[in-house]
Amino acid sequence: MEKQDPSQWRVYHPYHSPFDPCPARPKHFIIPPNETAPFQTSARKQYSPHEALRKGTLWPDYYSPYPSSVRDGGAE
Amino acid sequence: MWIYEKKLQYPVRVSKCDPHLAKMLIEQYGGADGELSAALRYLNQRYTIPDKVIGLLTDIGTEEFAHLEMIATMVYKLTKDATPEQMKAAGLVDHYVNHDNALFYHNAAGTPWTAAYIQAKGDPIADLYEDIAAEEKARATYQWIIDNTDDPDIVDSLKFLREREIVHSLRFREAVEILKEYNATQKVF
Repeated sequence: MEKQDPSQWRVYHPYHSPFDPCPARPKHFIIPPNETAPFQTSARKQYSPHEALRKGTLWPDYYSPYPSSVRDGGAE
Repeated sequence: MWIYEKKLQYPVRVSKCDPHLAKMLIEQYGGADGELSAALRYLNQRYTIPDKVIGLLTDIGTEEFAHLEMIATMVYKLTKDATPEQMKAAGLVDHYVNHDNALFYHNAAGTPWTAAYIQAKGDPIADLYEDIAAEEKARATYQWIIDNTDDPDIVDSLKFLREREIVHSLRFREAVEILKEYNATQKVF
């Protein structure tokens, strides 16, 4: 699996009743880079053309890896 | 007008016979937040959006058709050799009796595509915020499909499509900033 970026993930813990049938599981959701990226600037680091095609974006700043071990409980 | 290149935007490979995955993928084909909705939404809204961002809607709307073609290829490959029994086992018997193994614009639950999924409000900010929301919903849909398959080749293509939704969302957000004329104002910090 590719390198994860835990900084893009957030977690919350909803109320868990003692009568809930399944074990409590933290809820993870992702904040992709587009949520926080500033207006695009001209001098940013770029992937090589081939890597950019593979990744779907030219700029490492905007790359969001998925699936993530974070959501599967890897970072907890 | 458009110029058609007879190749996919990103390669689509399928590593196992899994018609059930086709049932999930069809959500991105004819679903509310699917690629057809996206393409038609943007290419229609662009007539009544300020000049500065028309090109953006044209570009992204066009790319959505390229994505639609990728999804269609995935669905086709996953179902083309499926027997009626396999279609039934994959929960596609309702589809089969109506369409055989043909593709059709409906969502994963079989509801046919409708123009009610999309909007053109004429207000540039309202339209662009709808577009941003559509991209985020499409991104989430890709995540839930990725979570539900272990086919590495399909996951590879889906990750590409998911990243494109992120980039599109970013571009729409920038379009909002352009319309706010953020760049033209003097900023004092």
